Amino acid sequence: MELETIAERLGDAVLEIVTEGTKDPFLVVEASRIREVMALCRDDSSLAFDLLVSITGADYPPREVKKKAKKGEPAPESEVVPGRFELVYHLLSTKTGGRLVLKVRLPHEDAPSCDSISEVHPAAEWHEREAFDLLGIRFFGHPDLRRILCCEDWVGHPLRKDYVFPKEFHGISAE
Amino acid sequence: MTDLESTPKEGTREIVLDVRTQDMEINMGPQHPSTHGVLRVVITADGEIITSARPYVGYIHRCAEKIAECVTYDQFVPYTDRYDYLAAMNNNLGYCLAVEKAAELEVPPRATWIRMICAELNRIGSHLIAFGTYGLDLGAFTPFLYGFREREWMMSLFEKICGARLTYSFMFPGGLANDAPEGWFDEVLRFCDVFDRKWREYDALLTRNKIFIERTRDVGVIPAEMAKAYGLTGPCLRGSGVRFDLRESAPYLFYDRVSFDVPVGQGEMGTVGDCWDRYFVRMAEMLQSTRIIRQCVELCLAETTPGEVMAKKPKTLKIPPTEVYVGVENPRGELGHYLVTDGKDKAFRLKIRGPSFCNLSIIPAILPGTMIADAVAIIGSIDIVLGEVDR
Repeated sequence: MELETIAERLGDAVLEIVTEGTKDPFLVVEASRIREVMALCRDDSSLAFDLLVSITGADYPPREVKKKAKKGEPAPESEVVPGRFELVYHLLSTKTGGRLVLKVRLPHEDAPSCDSISEVHPAAEWHEREAFDLLGIRFFGHPDLRRILCCEDWVGHPLRKDYVFPKEFHGISAE
Repeated sequence: MTDLESTPKEGTREIVLDVRTQDMEINMGPQHPSTHGVLRVVITADGEIITSARPYVGYIHRCAEKIAECVTYDQFVPYTDRYDYLAAMNNNLGYCLAVEKAAELEVPPRATWIRMICAELNRIGSHLIAFGTYGLDLGAFTPFLYGFREREWMMSLFEKICGARLTYSFMFPGGLANDAPEGWFDEVLRFCDVFDRKWREYDALLTRNKIFIERTRDVGVIPAEMAKAYGLTGPCLRGSGVRFDLRESAPYLFYDRVSFDVPVGQGEMGTVGDCWDRYFVRMAEMLQSTRIIRQCVELCLAETTPGEVMAKKPKTLKIPPTEVYVGVENPRGELGHYLVTDGKDKAFRLKIRGPSFCNLSIIPAILPGTMIADAVAIIGSIDIVLGEVDR
């Protein structure tokens, strides 16, 4: 199914359709409406994305996006995308084999948070715990938000770009 | 207990049970022979009935995703061997396809055919372990030895092509480390012929064994809707009667050029989606794998000549900013790699979606209400590899 058709179906919760700079085009969705969008993607018979493949995040530094100049016009000013955390949802339809990638840009720089979608997809429970563990993203309404891969007393979130490697752990030197 | 609570037969006296048991917490693992690795499950039980189960994972967490950000694309290949160490070829393949899609590398056809043969051989090897250890979990020791006999030959085939027996690092972004040695294809075909005959032995030994059937039928039933809600893929999803296989529904490599069936659970012994169905989907898949391998060998020898198995690529691969997601059908389900690049020689972000991780997350939902002895049968039927759960 065309991405535009899906975006139309999802209505004004879609902020952007991104096709450039990626091999798999994706939709950017409003963070506050992710739960509603996920339920619609699963229940709408024309979409039927019934399987949540993964939830993950990335820590982007602020980056400059240069815009192409049109012929005969001066180059427009480059836009700065503030970053920092983005959540990526990969969905799959077991009926058609189609895939859908949704992204959410999280507003808070140091304490990013988003609504949990574990009510819609129970599979999200562990994926969200992993994102919390490795990236420090909080999920509202999650039934049991604990670290899952690192041990409970681990300090910091390893996949953040400003993560400092620990020098020792419980007296064991890492040097 | 449930028998006594049901309506008494005529002529018998109703017995009112006034026995209360105290809820007991039982710790299974991380060192336990039936958890297939360092999995810890804390079970709360009322007598013999499980009331809740909480899995704890992460004992061998190495943060492969962080390592991927610190090494070059080629250097990360050996790390991919080590998440699902029973299907290292398939892991190599998933990672390489993601990097190739991002870098737009053109893989020579011969390399693609050999990749398919290796992936299917490894699927057989992995399912043989699943078959053997599942018998072991349920008290049958012999199938394990039978399974290892054929797996040994499969591993020696890999040893001949790449020198390693468990962690292969044979596929690299762009193709393969080397071409197949002389006579290798003939031996692969011989293996397929022998394997199909041996498969009948396994079937007679375990699949139709009365004790085995009694231990697995109607146990740990996962309905199709529940399987999808928990993100199950691979034999666990197909065991629940959902016909979904990435090789069929979204073909990669040359899977669209070979013919094969996708076995699904049909509730032959009990309910659709019980342990026996999941077990039998794996068994049936092995025969499909040999069928695929035969076609691959034939087409590979007919269409390609020995020699070129690596794409032309720079010594250090640098990938312009882009992002890709590639999922492949591993023996345990969909192995996904989500790769974000930023123009440097290292990945900006690599997310590894391991099928075992998602398949395991259904444990707290299906264990409550079952007997403690069945917990082993259910966890075994999910067929997890902890190296991949923890990554």
